[in-house]
Amino acid sequence: MTESTYRIQGATGDWEVVIGLEVHAQVTSNSKLFSGSATAFGAEPNSQVSLVDAAMPGMLPVPNRECIRQAVRTGMAINAQINKWSRFDRKNYFYADLPQGYQISQLYHPLVGEGSIEIVLDDKDPEGSTKTIGIERIHVEQDAGKLMHDQHPTMSYVDLNRSGVALMEIVSRPDMRSPAEAGAYVAKLRTILRYVGSCDGNMDQGSMRCDVNVSVRRPGEPFGTRTETKNVNSVRFVMQTIEHEANRQVDLIESGGKVVQETRLFDPNTGTTRSMRSKEDAHDYRYFPDPDLLPLELDDAFLDDCRNSLPELPDAKRHRYESDLGLSPYNAGVLTADVETARWFELLLAETAKAAGKQPADVAKQAANWLISELFGALNKLGTGLAESPVTPEKGGELLALIAKGTISGSAAKQVLELMLETGDDAGTIVEREGLKQESDTGAIEAEVDKVLAANADKVEQYKAGKVQLFGFFVGQTMKAMKGKGNPQVVNEILKTKLG
Amino acid sequence: MSQDLTELGVAAIRDGVAKGDFTAVEVAEAFNANVAAAQDALNAFIVATPEKAVDAAKAIDAKRAKGEALGKMGGVPIGMKDLFATQGVQTTAASHILEGFTPEYESTVSQKLWDAGAGMLGKLNLDQFAMGSSNETSYFGNVVSPWKRNDGGNASLAPGGSSGGSSAAVAARLCPAATGTDTGGSIRQPAAFTGITGIKPTYGRCSRWGVVAFASSLDQAGPMARDTRDCAIMLEAMAGFDPKDATSLDMPVPEWEANLSADMKGKRVGIPREYRMDGMDEDVLKSWDDGIAWLKEAGAEIVDISLPHTKYALPAYYIIAPAEASSNLARYDGVRYGLRDLPDGANLQDMYAATRAAGFGAEVKRRILIGTYVLSAGFYDAYYTQAQKVRTLISIDFKNAFESCDVILAPTAPSAAFGLGENVDDPLKMYLNDVFAVPASLAGLPAMSVPAGLNREGLPLGLQVIGKAFDEQGVLNAGLALEQRAGFTAKPDKWW
Repeated sequence: MTESTYRIQGATGDWEVVIGLEVHAQVTSNSKLFSGSATAFGAEPNSQVSLVDAAMPGMLPVPNRECIRQAVRTGMAINAQINKWSRFDRKNYFYADLPQGYQISQLYHPLVGEGSIEIVLDDKDPEGSTKTIGIERIHVEQDAGKLMHDQHPTMSYVDLNRSGVALMEIVSRPDMRSPAEAGAYVAKLRTILRYVGSCDGNMDQGSMRCDVNVSVRRPGEPFGTRTETKNVNSVRFVMQTIEHEANRQVDLIESGGKVVQETRLFDPNTGTTRSMRSKEDAHDYRYFPDPDLLPLELDDAFLDDCRNSLPELPDAKRHRYESDLGLSPYNAGVLTADVETARWFELLLAETAKAAGKQPADVAKQAANWLISELFGALNKLGTGLAESPVTPEKGGELLALIAKGTISGSAAKQVLELMLETGDDAGTIVEREGLKQESDTGAIEAEVDKVLAANADKVEQYKAGKVQLFGFFVGQTMKAMKGKGNPQVVNEILKTKLG
Repeated sequence: MSQDLTELGVAAIRDGVAKGDFTAVEVAEAFNANVAAAQDALNAFIVATPEKAVDAAKAIDAKRAKGEALGKMGGVPIGMKDLFATQGVQTTAASHILEGFTPEYESTVSQKLWDAGAGMLGKLNLDQFAMGSSNETSYFGNVVSPWKRNDGGNASLAPGGSSGGSSAAVAARLCPAATGTDTGGSIRQPAAFTGITGIKPTYGRCSRWGVVAFASSLDQAGPMARDTRDCAIMLEAMAGFDPKDATSLDMPVPEWEANLSADMKGKRVGIPREYRMDGMDEDVLKSWDDGIAWLKEAGAEIVDISLPHTKYALPAYYIIAPAEASSNLARYDGVRYGLRDLPDGANLQDMYAATRAAGFGAEVKRRILIGTYVLSAGFYDAYYTQAQKVRTLISIDFKNAFESCDVILAPTAPSAAFGLGENVDDPLKMYLNDVFAVPASLAGLPAMSVPAGLNREGLPLGLQVIGKAFDEQGVLNAGLALEQRAGFTAKPDKWW
């Protein structure tokens, strides 16, 4: 556990920032929380709306088992208490995107109680810089529809496609103390959600958004008054919001003002926040238990099913990569940060081991290094990602096996990868066509070495007299004689033997 | 045709059509004629659908010609309370805000009735959003009871509420049976006022899907008909698990009609002492005593029981029901359907205000305001939470009472029908009509009203039977025992 040293330097001294986040994560599910409507992103307006979503007279909500299951699995993934008895409440307010005039949510008895996640503050030192962020609760609720203001000169249009879509509201404790911690928290949470498969985590499509609660205080003093900035939709914007909001609050207090509890909006164009409504204008939501729904009671079989369907989670995977595969903490962190990267790496590892006839642990470091420094770099240059990579794990495995078996050199492998990305051909074909195979036959190499030593008898004398830096010269001469195709490792070994 | 088919009830029509004594179309046409003839005087229907009644009847006659099964309600035309969504037929909840609203869907209960062979005579008037005890809160004008006092005066009487269109229509022979809904007595009190029979089943027996919501935790549909057997038949057709209603009971529907029995031997009937209140109407007390005597005669043992929290039931009901209503009615906002009042230059808030001000009647507004108030920050615990605790205590009262009895006998309402306009300015007096009906609603128990006789003014009085959860059979059987001994045959003189 590390104490944050992040401080806002005010005119009157240092200020500590206190941050709590409410993350709204759209549950991955084919249908909405209380109706059978579809939930696809980007559909034609009002094409995914049932009678229930439009709140027609006499329509009733029926809970969708899959949405509950996903929220429970998410709770389990953050080691949270799962409440076997929970209940839905109505949050009442009027707005044109809220057909029922209330949102079905969970105030009094949420589905998921206390849990926590561990964040890493320094990627280079994942073990030495962790912090545990408490999660107060996860509750399940309906999303609202969307207003479109650009369709008519004087009217707003309503799109109810999102109306009734299931959200998890994941409420953290006010445990974060810097923009970096908040950013790491959101990123880690997204990683976990993607591993679990309960939310796609696509912040740009709105399937994950944050309400950012910020206050400032003198270190060690009680919490200050907080503001809540709504619907911030990227990790970077979350960090910007905190930075701006904390500085604004410090300036305000130091100039004799007071922070008022209010709801604010973030403007991504300016990186600043502005007031939306103050506490006095806040709605009285008149929460009460939804009489259309019975309390949600979960049995052990359901919970077992949820637990058994959880995949290996990022922290466990990272530790396994370090301990079983011998990866560096940094590499293990990079490879487990995204579930798709980890999946890709594990396929690559299996293919490499198979093609090289070795144990996965024996080729893991090589595979990890190649993926992180070679393939990521090459894909970056092409402006594409792993998902679209023309080099599949299978093709990558074949390439890595060629290196592992000494068939090609490391530098030749770089060239082969470039050609693979360019042509889509597999490694073996390219190596044959380009004549990139290296010579590993000791007899052939020995013959070349003997020739080089014979031709440079004076240098051999000098070497033996103690000028050991000449070793590189002999390697270079041998490689040159072999047109660069000698296996450098074998060349080295033979030279060492011959030179005594 | 020598027989007046409109004097027949559900069982007689079903059996007569099946035997070929008359056709379903003849029945439908006879009732259609009565509906049309009474509309101006009684205003029982908001919309008449004579063609729907005839079409359904034709289908039944065709089935009979082919020798197919006709269904539990085969050939029986009924009235549909205008709280049930009916596909292609205006559904208003007797409000202006839903005037002209024609759903594209059919409520589960009405669909089950059509599937059972019933046909629709029309949509019946009611108190607006089922809020009222006299039918005077309807936007479409009040229903007038077919009954008159025997005092020589011509005062118009209330048919009860909120299912007042249903009660008046059945009593006046405009339909052999009708659907009702009961939130705090809306089936039982109008049934008592008009000398007919009605049962509110256990909460969850009938699906609420497609029924315009008043108070979700209390709303329950049920049949209103001339006698117990007819109610049993129709309830069988209406009830059943519905996956579209999360509060629906996942239990098989018993064969209530087949198991009807008026033999009360071995049954204990509880008489709740708290229902005997100071200043109670003497005729109501006498009819209660009659009921006790009849059930004793039928073989029952009469036991004194206590329901100690009875006096808190009405106040708790008038917190819980408006609280739920204030939220349930938020959807009527002028955005998607129904009335929209958009004054020039209005913004969204203005549209809400104008639409809801114009669309809701005074009683509906009163209850929305009460409900909004009791759920507000700072008042929630004092009102809503407290009322829920009372509700739990009421349920425990019944549970304890049913340790020593099988059914409970009580009056349905504290008085016979009152005159239209008599209580409209005094909501509290109006709310007191529900004092005997509300406890069973809060506890979700099955309860029915059976005609017991006439009071000194010549107006019907009802007796209420309350049963254990899921024991509609026990309620119906006690109702049948009362019915057989009451020998109630009175009907209103036709003055319309």
